[in-house]
Amino acid sequence: MRGNPEAHQLIAPGTLSAVIAQLARAPGEWTPIAGGTELMVAHAAGRLTAPKLISLWSLPELSFLRVTENEISIGGGVTFGQIRSHSAIAADFPLLSRAASWIGSIANQNRATIAGNIVNGSPAADAPPALLVYDAEIELISQRGLRRLPYADFHLGYKRSVLMPDELALALHLPRRFAKHAQYLRKVGTRKAMAITKIALAATAIVENETITEIRLAAASVADRPIRLTATEAALIGKKLSSNTMREARKVLLNEVRPIDDIRSTAEYRKHVAANLLDEFLSELAIDSTHEGLSA
Amino acid sequence: MSASQAQIQLTVNGQQASVDVPPMKRLLDVLREDLGLTGAKEGCGEGECGSCSVRMNGELVNSCLVPILQAANARIETVEGLAIDAELHPLQKAFLECGGAQCGICTPGMLMAATHLLAHNPHPSIEEIREGLAGNLCRCTGFIKIFDSVIAAAAMGGNPTHAR
Amino acid sequence: MLTPNPNSFFDAMTASPKTRSQTRIVGTPQIRKEGIDKVLGRAKYVDDLERDGMWHGATVRSTIPRGKILDIHFDPGIDWTEFVIVTAADIPGKNHIQMIAADQPCLAAEAVNHCDEAIVLLAHPDKRCLPAAVAAVRIDYEPLPAVLSIEESETQHEIIWGPHTAEGNIFKQFHLEKGNVDDVWATAAHIVTGEYHTGAQEHLYIENNGMIAEYSDEEGLTVWGSLQCPFYVHKSLVAVFDLPAEKVRVIQAETGGAFGGKEDYPSILAAHAGLLARKARRPIKMVYDRMEDLAATTKRHPSRTRHRTAVDKEGKLLAMEIELATDGGAYSTLSSTVLSRATLHATGPYVCPNIRIRSRTWATNTVPYGAFRGFGAPQSIFAIERHMEQIARAVGIDSVELRRRNFLHDGDTTATEQVMREPVILDTLLERALKESGYTSKQERFARENPHSTIKRGMGLAAFYHGSGFTGSGERYLNSLAGIDVTPQGKVRVLVSSTEFGQGTNTILTQIAAESLGITYDDIEMAPCDTHHIPNSGPTVASRTSMVVGHLIEKSGHQLISQLQESYGLSEPYTRDEFFAACDRYREQAGKVESLCRYEAPPNIFWDDQKYRGEAYPAFAWAVYVAEVAVDTTTYSAEVTNFYAVQEVGRVLNPTLAAGQIEGGVAQAVGYALYEKVLLKNGHMFNNQMTNYIMPTAADVPPIAVFFEEIPFDYGAYGAKGIGELPHDGPAPAILNAIQDAIGESFCSIPLLPEDIFLRMSIHSLHEEPAPV
Repeated sequence: MRGNPEAHQLIAPGTLSAVIAQLARAPGEWTPIAGGTELMVAHAAGRLTAPKLISLWSLPELSFLRVTENEISIGGGVTFGQIRSHSAIAADFPLLSRAASWIGSIANQNRATIAGNIVNGSPAADAPPALLVYDAEIELISQRGLRRLPYADFHLGYKRSVLMPDELALALHLPRRFAKHAQYLRKVGTRKAMAITKIALAATAIVENETITEIRLAAASVADRPIRLTATEAALIGKKLSSNTMREARKVLLNEVRPIDDIRSTAEYRKHVAANLLDEFLSELAIDSTHEGLSA
Repeated sequence: MSASQAQIQLTVNGQQASVDVPPMKRLLDVLREDLGLTGAKEGCGEGECGSCSVRMNGELVNSCLVPILQAANARIETVEGLAIDAELHPLQKAFLECGGAQCGICTPGMLMAATHLLAHNPHPSIEEIREGLAGNLCRCTGFIKIFDSVIAAAAMGGNPTHAR
Repeated sequence: MLTPNPNSFFDAMTASPKTRSQTRIVGTPQIRKEGIDKVLGRAKYVDDLERDGMWHGATVRSTIPRGKILDIHFDPGIDWTEFVIVTAADIPGKNHIQMIAADQPCLAAEAVNHCDEAIVLLAHPDKRCLPAAVAAVRIDYEPLPAVLSIEESETQHEIIWGPHTAEGNIFKQFHLEKGNVDDVWATAAHIVTGEYHTGAQEHLYIENNGMIAEYSDEEGLTVWGSLQCPFYVHKSLVAVFDLPAEKVRVIQAETGGAFGGKEDYPSILAAHAGLLARKARRPIKMVYDRMEDLAATTKRHPSRTRHRTAVDKEGKLLAMEIELATDGGAYSTLSSTVLSRATLHATGPYVCPNIRIRSRTWATNTVPYGAFRGFGAPQSIFAIERHMEQIARAVGIDSVELRRRNFLHDGDTTATEQVMREPVILDTLLERALKESGYTSKQERFARENPHSTIKRGMGLAAFYHGSGFTGSGERYLNSLAGIDVTPQGKVRVLVSSTEFGQGTNTILTQIAAESLGITYDDIEMAPCDTHHIPNSGPTVASRTSMVVGHLIEKSGHQLISQLQESYGLSEPYTRDEFFAACDRYREQAGKVESLCRYEAPPNIFWDDQKYRGEAYPAFAWAVYVAEVAVDTTTYSAEVTNFYAVQEVGRVLNPTLAAGQIEGGVAQAVGYALYEKVLLKNGHMFNNQMTNYIMPTAADVPPIAVFFEEIPFDYGAYGAKGIGELPHDGPAPAILNAIQDAIGESFCSIPLLPEDIFLRMSIHSLHEEPAPV
């Protein structure tokens, strides 16, 4: 334990309005802390520089899960434990359920929140690829008001985002229109559990008459932020699912991703495994569409 | 130093406790230093090893990652509360009989993770046991005898503390 | 199924029914002696202990791998009057840690020879003030060129240890010759060469190193700590503090895992805590956090082994030439004995008439490498068991058959010309391993299925022995003393310095004492592990506790019973009450009831340290391990899907504990093979966090099936040989052999990470073609 608790203030105003009022009074002065699975690790390592922290843990206004006809809204303070045990999320957004179940351990899932996972800004974060292929929107709140934007536009670079110092992530909104999509998510980590992602690929797609009519691809740890693979998507959309298409898409992906060498893996490994995951997804897609063709 | 103390009330193993500590002090340190409950151990300080596992309001948490202010008014269960009077918890019995504890340093956290698992799932499959305990590292057993212990405890009828 | 039918253990017994029926307690699954404290969370590890008026200590460490210390600055931003500060100048005795040699300073004085070497110690009443203070001490250096690998050390361009001669940088070397290797090469049917590498490995005991020290002029120095070898610590403290032996007292606290990692390092930490306690005049606690423990304490020696082997056309070994090199780190510590064990295991369990082994351990500017379960054997066995696989391919026969043709048998001689006088049942172990694992049928099935799957499966095995007890004449030098006493309160106590750190010392020694005295398991307790009150039964290392120390306890028990029968009216048979009544009569007359025995080597155990010839070990444990793996060609990750461990360890004293040792060792070795990589920069471990040093979790370990064959060894406790280290020896080569079976790629280096498999596969068959649709 290298941090000194006496070197940090921590307050828990208890309501969302009180928290955003505090943030508004001195933007940037207070660092929000939810389940502490990032900041308390930094604290123990003596790397927590923020002198003033403000607790979001168990704020009721951030802890909601709302299912409407068109979307599921997940409060920023909802934990991954809650997400993975939520039946409507499991039914409509199975990739998010699975991503939640792969985060850290049960104890980590009970504390880590979806907003924390996003706002922390790690390119290796587990939830973002799933959120990206579900066209999630993120809603931000401050005393200045609410704003809602595509989650794909949230991250600007390594640990940089559009979030202003007085803002919090209020909710993620997921449109309920993926029931018919083929879906894919695979995380390749340092081990089977308690693993940090070396590479992950998520995908949703629709294939009609062996032609890809809709596709979203997103990946972790291939760039300075979680990204949609738009060039690879473009190489696939409207194409017949053929070996040729897959070969072309693989080439595009290898050019599109820009992973790095770091303590956990190498750029080359990440690139090629990302391409292999794409192959795997497209192969599954091809098999499924063939089966549909046969049964139709 | 800038932080003031905070007066925190919490319930630990059914007992009321009150501490006056910096709000960023970790729940683990409060348990060990202020309340004298040294069952929970620090193995890594970063939520990787699980040897500090306790239950907070019925949820398994790594107490090294909980600032005490976030545990205000919470109900905390630690290994010290597992046995009721002289009666061992079925998991404690099973760990003894099946060889689930070797050096014992991970055992308190492992028992809490296993308690949590059985509370949610009285008859877990081997895969569910593996997942439920994956956040608790043991370097002695290779986990096999721990799995055996959890299976044996489930067969003994699991979890008397669940109702508390 | 996770584990085999528990009854299969008993099926495995080949010991004579007579031997089994003779024991009541030995051989049964007694509950771990200290287990109740552990499951209740009331076992006290060092960080759970407090002393009145205790302060906390911390360490300022070097940030460069090699250089002269020019100056030490204390940042004026800190009020240093609140702190106690210790440097080398405060050492009252010798500034060295007394290991085999005395080259390692307790605190660096003029120079540093590795990153993370201790230079300054600080103490303060509030431990939370220490990290900032440590950061506020700045050391000025004159850097010197650093040597960071075996290869750099071998060039001897920089001599960082020893004389500036051909001996420079070499901590120790062995040269072993059997027969005449040179005559064979010209006529051999095949000559197979190979080079094999193993990486460093961290013990990753879940309890970090920790120590509390208290000092007064009257009482001297007392330390409580997490440690394996109380008398090693004692010896070091006597030298550092220049105190008479009786003024140094070492007490073991409950110890949360060790695996060799608490064999030598606690001597350093105890000295540090003691120096602060002596200067502060108050108790000092020093407990490392994970980052410090990973960066500053010992690891398994990295190794490089070159094999050149001559075989005839049937695959019979004709000559083996082996060149072994290990990285010892900056100081000699235990590297010479680790090298010795590596050397003595280098040929594997095979018979060969002509052998040459040259081995060296080299100095580098890294944290000294130290003891770790297996102690050099896992490195050597990895090399020979991978190499046998290559020989089989060169000869064109199955590698199982190749091993069978070359196994040692009763009467054969090893590389040191030790004659195998005890039964060697490698053939039985091999057949059992093949049968239990379904080896052949699975191998055939996988070969059929692999071409149609992105998951490639394979089977691999390794055969090996592990020498029990100290190498060569080591046990004679140790001259261990152990025994029992009986307290006036009617408790029998086991008196040993052999420590419990999870492996089951307390339980098996209690079983042995109860068995030999004819009383119950609950009548026995372990005397507190305190150097003021226990005899020196030697270090708790080298798989020697069951065999050597256990045997002393067995003999002590029999000795006491004889005395009670001869002189104190105990008849045969006797009841428990009659036993204690006889003990009371003994006590009345003698003042105390104590029975101690000193080690005596088994007959025919002779070792020549100069020629490196003779009985290397009094006994060997034998094993054949099978790994079943799956390699995912999408992610290039290899996973062990099933593991089968068949071994002969003499008599099994406690089946639950014995299986636990095997399972734990296998899991640790799976980590060694596939997950655990120590990343160094300038000799500093920079992935020194559990999140970045990856050990297998509950989700990663394979099902491990454990089988024992039992051949009682006459000179071990109730027939026991060593068990603790054996399971770390075989898994890594078995796993890489299985990977070769699965994907046809031969890997010669561990840890083998997905990135490594990717690199190889991308060279050979970079799959630009999508998988078939």
